[in-house]
Amino acid sequence: MSLDLLTYLFIGGSFALYIAIAIWARAGSTKEFYVAGGGVPPVANGMATAADWMSAASFISMAGIVSFIGRDGAVYLMGWTGGYVLLAMLLAPYLRKFGKFTVPDFIGDRYYSNTARTIAVICTIVISFTYVAGQMRGVGIVFSRYLHVDINTGVIIGMAIVFFYAVLGGMKGITYTQVAQYCVLILAFMVPAIFLSMQVTGHFLPQTGLGATLDNGKSVLTTLNELSQELGFAQYTAGTKSTLDMFFFTAALMCGTAGLPHVIVRFFTVPRVKDARISAGWALLFIAILYTSVPGVAGFGRVNLIQTINGPDNAGTEYAEMPSWFKNWEAAGLIAWADKNGDGKVKYEAGNAFNGKPAFGEGNVNGDPNMQRITTNASDSVNEVYVDRDIMVLANPEIAQLPDWVIALVAAGAVAAALSTAAGLLLVISTSISHDLMKKTINPNITDKQELMYARLAAVVAILVAGYFGINPPGFVAQVVALAFGLAASSVFPAIIMGIFNTRMNTQGAVTGMLVGLVSTMAYIIYFKFMGGSSDQWFMGISPEGFGTVGMILNFVVATVISKVTAPPPAEIQHIVEDIRIPRGAGAAHSH
Amino acid sequence: MSSNNSSAQAYWKENLRIIMTYLAIWFVASYGCGILFVDALDQIQFFGFPLGFWFAQQGAIFVFLGLIWAYVFSMNKLDEKYDVHE
Repeated sequence: MSLDLLTYLFIGGSFALYIAIAIWARAGSTKEFYVAGGGVPPVANGMATAADWMSAASFISMAGIVSFIGRDGAVYLMGWTGGYVLLAMLLAPYLRKFGKFTVPDFIGDRYYSNTARTIAVICTIVISFTYVAGQMRGVGIVFSRYLHVDINTGVIIGMAIVFFYAVLGGMKGITYTQVAQYCVLILAFMVPAIFLSMQVTGHFLPQTGLGATLDNGKSVLTTLNELSQELGFAQYTAGTKSTLDMFFFTAALMCGTAGLPHVIVRFFTVPRVKDARISAGWALLFIAILYTSVPGVAGFGRVNLIQTINGPDNAGTEYAEMPSWFKNWEAAGLIAWADKNGDGKVKYEAGNAFNGKPAFGEGNVNGDPNMQRITTNASDSVNEVYVDRDIMVLANPEIAQLPDWVIALVAAGAVAAALSTAAGLLLVISTSISHDLMKKTINPNITDKQELMYARLAAVVAILVAGYFGINPPGFVAQVVALAFGLAASSVFPAIIMGIFNTRMNTQGAVTGMLVGLVSTMAYIIYFKFMGGSSDQWFMGISPEGFGTVGMILNFVVATVISKVTAPPPAEIQHIVEDIRIPRGAGAAHSH
Repeated sequence: MSSNNSSAQAYWKENLRIIMTYLAIWFVASYGCGILFVDALDQIQFFGFPLGFWFAQQGAIFVFLGLIWAYVFSMNKLDEKYDVHE
């Protein structure tokens, strides 16, 4: 069976499954739409959380990033898992006891203020939209590479699928679809990871394989270090970021993770406080299976990539002898080669092969389809090859010459990862609009049925907007991810923590704190990401991605000071805070 | 709400102590072993990995996982001790 047919079969089969689940799990009330009726078993919720959390970035990009930056990749590995410890211990159980539908619900009620609620709504919407644009793009890339349809068609197919189960099923449909999507994506990640590990090291688990000794008598990591040095890269196991920046960057991702509305809302769907804690344990277990395999996949992929491109003697390979994956990805524009020394051999070294992303001219060199594509912006660096980091996971099975069904499985997994996250985000956006804005702020008199209709309508609009961003991606998708985590860490996270752990925290403190955190973080990120600020101007050497931590500290300090000099919150609010600290009596999530 | 106020406060105090203990371990494993002392730990070999590198890329995640499950276990016991479980 051909690869194309297999890919259609795997992706088509998984879509049929998602749609079947969506029809089975239709939502009839707002409670089912927002929090799946509050009756999701913790293991299922853990799986759904894991699928919700692991986006196209985790599935496709992370191993690629770690592969290209070595030890510093730890900021993502630790940052995107350590946040679950904070969630489990500092947020999830108390928010579940509080028992409403959304993050703005908590912030608005706890700080008895519609201003606080509105700030939370704005943060929620901005965070979720920045995130969702990347997901739709991910779906498009997979479709265009494996199914040979154009990226836009891919995006539209993805939109249609999400539309079906998010609009119809709400949280209930999404949760059970995500359970299926988790199974697809983890299988799709682990099967090639195990194959690779067996092939390179003879170890079954990539977790231990990375420490194994190769045929040359050296360990994988030593081999990688030597290869890297020979080609002019930094040592794989050494870091290049400053310790302080590593510290702040990791903290921003951890606290940002714990403050992401689409993750928090998952803990509203379980029956009891106890289940919220256990859910976090299951979620991290399911996430850790993938995350602890990433360093192995990254390392093996790196060795394979360098050895395949440069050949056994590290001198380069004739273009005509390059395997077909090299040419396929070149056709997709994600690999490019400029024969700078004119020796006809492809040679990969340190340095940027092109000035920025490679620009392709018309057709191939000499008009011969067997020759490389024409490029127009080769740099002065000796490196001749551009490899997009994002293709590492997708190309790994091809580079390692794994069977076709593995490649088809990876394609289905990447689509599952992107769709599951997109659906979770779209739900949060639609809930914010129908529940937090329409019901709680603008018109409290609408009925449950009307609210449900608004929720579905908002989901439709959100999908269209997300699709638009997928088809016309703003050039800044990579940059805005920093913004999403920075905003979550500097505004939502501290506001919730103080709402639970500081009975004395009042409206004035919380609102000023959120604004200070929000504005400082946004200003810093916008200045350095969009207005051309250079890295030597960084405040204490802290990268924009890590500045969310500074914004968070400012938020905590300002809020505490202001709350001390203003009136304490009303007695009934203090009672609410005391009440959410005790698990008993959580009952089902309710809207009033 | 629990039956009496002082027991609720004692419960909360013990809860905070549990959280602080686990978060201290969380901090040492990630920010300590994975970032601050990573170069020193790299001098030690651990199943073919430099130890600091292992903590930064895998070890910290295993510790996180253990912590959440230990916390779940501790809290379930605490809830029963103070009779606030559901």
